[in-house]
Amino acid sequence: MLTKRIIPCLDIKDGRTVKGTNFVDLRDAGDPVELGALYAKQGADELVFLDITATVEKRKTLRELVNRIAHHVNIPFTVGGGISSLEDVSALLQNGADKISVNTAAFKNPQLINDLAKEFGSQCVVLAIDTKKEEDGEWYVYLNGGRTKTDKKCVDWAKEAVDLGAGEILLTSMNHDGTKQGFALDITRTLATQLPVPVIASGGGGTMAHFTDVFENAYADAALAASIFHFKEIAIPDLKSYLKEMNINVRI
Amino acid sequence: MKLTIVKYNAGNIQSVLYALERIGVEAVVTDDHAQIKEADKVIFPGVGEASSAMKYLKERGLDQVLQNLTQPVLGICLGMQLMCAYSEENDTPCLNIFDERVTKFRPSEAQEKIPQIGWNNIYDLKTELFNGVKENSYCYFVHGYHAALGSHNIATTNYIQPYSSALHKGNFYGVQFHPEKSAEVGEQILRNFCLGIK
Repeated sequence: MLTKRIIPCLDIKDGRTVKGTNFVDLRDAGDPVELGALYAKQGADELVFLDITATVEKRKTLRELVNRIAHHVNIPFTVGGGISSLEDVSALLQNGADKISVNTAAFKNPQLINDLAKEFGSQCVVLAIDTKKEEDGEWYVYLNGGRTKTDKKCVDWAKEAVDLGAGEILLTSMNHDGTKQGFALDITRTLATQLPVPVIASGGGGTMAHFTDVFENAYADAALAASIFHFKEIAIPDLKSYLKEMNINVRI
Repeated sequence: MKLTIVKYNAGNIQSVLYALERIGVEAVVTDDHAQIKEADKVIFPGVGEASSAMKYLKERGLDQVLQNLTQPVLGICLGMQLMCAYSEENDTPCLNIFDERVTKFRPSEAQEKIPQIGWNNIYDLKTELFNGVKENSYCYFVHGYHAALGSHNIATTNYIQPYSSALHKGNFYGVQFHPEKSAEVGEQILRNFCLGIK
């Protein structure tokens, strides 16, 4: 049986792992290659590396880092952060990334998703959506790492992107990210039940029970978290044993 | 031992190369007919689309080279599918090494996503390709098309229905999953192919 996936996310800045709370206040949590290989060994099912470097050296540094990761990590990994062209993607895939994730650039130019899917296949195109529930009760798409609000509803954008060729959706709830109060079950469930592609839930995982919730009650295909793993609040082997006991199908 | 990876217009070649490096096996990536023919072992990788891959192979005469190899050959993912008789993906006649047909997954309920992405079990394991690999081990899959259960089946996986996750005929082996991304289990399978199978 296909298992639910546990995905540690490593935010990268200048080649180092960092994690923000509600997208600000970054703390250093170590070397991404070492950390990635450790997670793989502990039973992580995939890894996501999100590059938040903003320097002109960014592209080169990221390609070199991806190449190092690909040499050392024996599970699939996704790379994202500021990816905006076929050329960027081609270089990252050639350096060994299995998938890439696009966010703001794809929203501004949806044709990018179509171009990437045609050139490299949908299986390597992950659409990342940062979303926030507003006072009107609707979930809206945010861009630029959560700094820019749009008028587009999350579910509409996700459907459009899948039609264009996105192979997976990485859904981050800004209301939940960094709170450790649990994943956004309602919007995750909406996307997971309405889209024909897998949905990775992100933002809010703080206890092992939160993972059971998002798999069982929101039908997420995968769950992503960062700081709880980086700061050893939850160990991946413990989480997986727990999920198995709760009758969630996981790889052990 | 000389191991050659067939170079063509399909992805994941780099990942295969790095995985081999991790188990201490050197490989050459090439589309040169002579170098492929004289290799001790050949890996035929692939992530991509069947019809454009077959077109590319035919234009370069690689289809016939592959069909006539006598040393151990391992097809991975699309590589395995291309070794079958036919793929429903854009109605593509393939290499016909295995007489199995490749068809698209048809979901029976809304919860089943296409393509299958993630870790699934392999069982009913046969041949030395799976030496030291436990029944129901997990491997990493990414695919929307699958080979039916047939006479060449050496591993089975269940997604929507049971299907062939590995095939074998004579010197030819094919796996639907990605051993290069399947952690320790995948490394064992690559080790078996590269260092075990004669």
